[in-house]
Amino acid sequence: MALTTYIDAIREGIWEEMERDESVFILGEDVGIYGGAFKVTKGMLERFGDKRVIDTPISESAIVGAAIGASLVGMRPVAEMQFIDFISCAFDQIVNFAAKCRYRWGAGVPIVVRGPCGGGVHGGPFHSQNVEAYFFNVPGLKMVAPATAYDAKGLIKAAIRDPDPVLYFEHKFLYRRIKEELPGDDFVVPIGKAQLRREGEDLSIITYGAMVWTALDAAKQLEQEDGLSVEVLDLRTILPLDEEAILATARKTSKVIVLHEATLTGGPGGEIVARIAEKAFEDLDGPIVRIASADTPVPYSPPLEEAFLPQVSDVVARARELAAY
Amino acid sequence: MAERSTARRRKKVDEGASIPVETRIEMLHYMKLTREIEYRIERVLYRQGKIVGGVYVGRGQEAISVGTAIHMREDDVVAPSHRDMGVFLMRGVSPRRIIAQYMGRATGLTKGRDGNMHMGDMNHNVIAFVSHLADNVPVSAGVALAFWIRGETGRVALCYHGEGATSRGDWHEGINFASIRKLPVVYFINNNQYAYSTPQNLSYAVEHVASRAEGYGLPWEVVDGNDIVAVYGAARRAIDRAREGAGPTLVEFRTFRMTGHSAHDDAGYVPPERFEEWKKKDPIARFEKRLLEEGVVTKEKIEAMQEECVRIVDDAVEWAERQPWPDPKDLTRDVYYEG
Repeated sequence: MALTTYIDAIREGIWEEMERDESVFILGEDVGIYGGAFKVTKGMLERFGDKRVIDTPISESAIVGAAIGASLVGMRPVAEMQFIDFISCAFDQIVNFAAKCRYRWGAGVPIVVRGPCGGGVHGGPFHSQNVEAYFFNVPGLKMVAPATAYDAKGLIKAAIRDPDPVLYFEHKFLYRRIKEELPGDDFVVPIGKAQLRREGEDLSIITYGAMVWTALDAAKQLEQEDGLSVEVLDLRTILPLDEEAILATARKTSKVIVLHEATLTGGPGGEIVARIAEKAFEDLDGPIVRIASADTPVPYSPPLEEAFLPQVSDVVARARELAAY
Repeated sequence: MAERSTARRRKKVDEGASIPVETRIEMLHYMKLTREIEYRIERVLYRQGKIVGGVYVGRGQEAISVGTAIHMREDDVVAPSHRDMGVFLMRGVSPRRIIAQYMGRATGLTKGRDGNMHMGDMNHNVIAFVSHLADNVPVSAGVALAFWIRGETGRVALCYHGEGATSRGDWHEGINFASIRKLPVVYFINNNQYAYSTPQNLSYAVEHVASRAEGYGLPWEVVDGNDIVAVYGAARRAIDRAREGAGPTLVEFRTFRMTGHSAHDDAGYVPPERFEEWKKKDPIARFEKRLLEEGVVTKEKIEAMQEECVRIVDDAVEWAERQPWPDPKDLTRDVYYEG
């Protein structure tokens, strides 16, 4: 069986949804003739035509606004942000229009806004950000961040079928580095459900996106060098949080690290920590640890970016401290 | 490109006589109903404390929403602004539900979750307005995009906003995108000369704000927004053009905001003589005078129409006051789809 990369999994997911449902269409900058800056939409113009693969001017607010309007009259738009950093230009449409329609007046806005997030590829301050914290405080939105090719495909399909607005964050570092054999059937990954990537007894790492791999590498090292049994919970969905899975792993190991690539202050980790502290305090045997990117813009130069991003060595060091607590 | 960007500076052609008599009567009814319902909302219920929060009316601007929406087909979709009560009424949204909406009752269009003109209902093809002005410009382009994708020829989207909204980036992004794709959408600018307290000369530096259309390759037109016959004609031209697949048009209706921005604003920054000047141009009085002169209506008929509007609004208020308040138990419902 051929292995499917993370990026191909996203393309396959969108492709299959467009084959399945003719109300699905894509719009964004350079998505048609060029096939997308990262080629996620390669070949779609040829297959689906210029009415379902729509090149737009550099107008993120119009891209998302138009997606909202089309969704209100029965379409299922998938809007691409060329880099997820540019979603800030569409912030207003997302938080004031898309997120609030259902609550205000009962109108569903089934749109997907997707794009490449994250660092590790020396993209600098405007091509490397993780934007989930900007939207974490907005009821009405859903946010997903796949770590595996299986989830990349299953979550994009679930996002397209979801009746509410979904922000889909695909990590560009994983695009061509991660691959696996995918089942041939039509599968989806449910939004709102976390997945244990590794079972353990001594401590838990709760994470998502590219940091799942950092956590798994750290867990392996901790097992080999320290004999520690580390559990890794991949949230997969950032909003709404799978609180049940979060509390279950916290209660099981009693020691928790929350790890994300978004910067520390005001990041989703704080909310996860708070829920554990509120609801599983009695089960804890140590302080909850947060590991996140530094509170700076994402720096460009390799040594700076490496220092900025959480590394396996950071996780190993903090895990050892926590295990010894 | 020349043929696309020609501004229409028409000779004054009186099209009033070509409008069917029943349509003229219908337009007068809806202008009067709009004024009556807004009078009750702003001058009665708000002052009685029965409506809380912000109240925005379009007094003196009724010809714009009525003279445009009269052309809508049932399957057209409209995104009105906060001065377009007439659009809701013409779309068949019941005055009862509208008053209940303003009073924050469970049976209002938003079940008490939002107030005043922030209401919509896709069963009537009306998209709810948000306070972030011009957000509805790209959204309307998206509605038209869906029609274009599905090949629903003849179906159009109508989008309303004030001259103030044309200063926002979303306006420019939306107009540009709609123009590039020649989408079946019409943009109506209600130029009431004030963006809250900001006069036109501090909002834009061109003579006609609609002339910005030139920069986007669109035709445009400036029309007396207090003359419903002129509004009707300009709207028909623009809507027909969109229905035929020729793309968007920007239509600017010149009018005047006869109130403050909202009910709490006394508009002390507006020179009083300007209100006097524009009072003489009142769109309802003008149309009544015209219809009387044409022999289309009698004074008695106009009085009967007014009484009918009062009756409709009396009934709506009476009904709305009996409606239940929303249940706080439902506070967290419907943030997401619940099946």
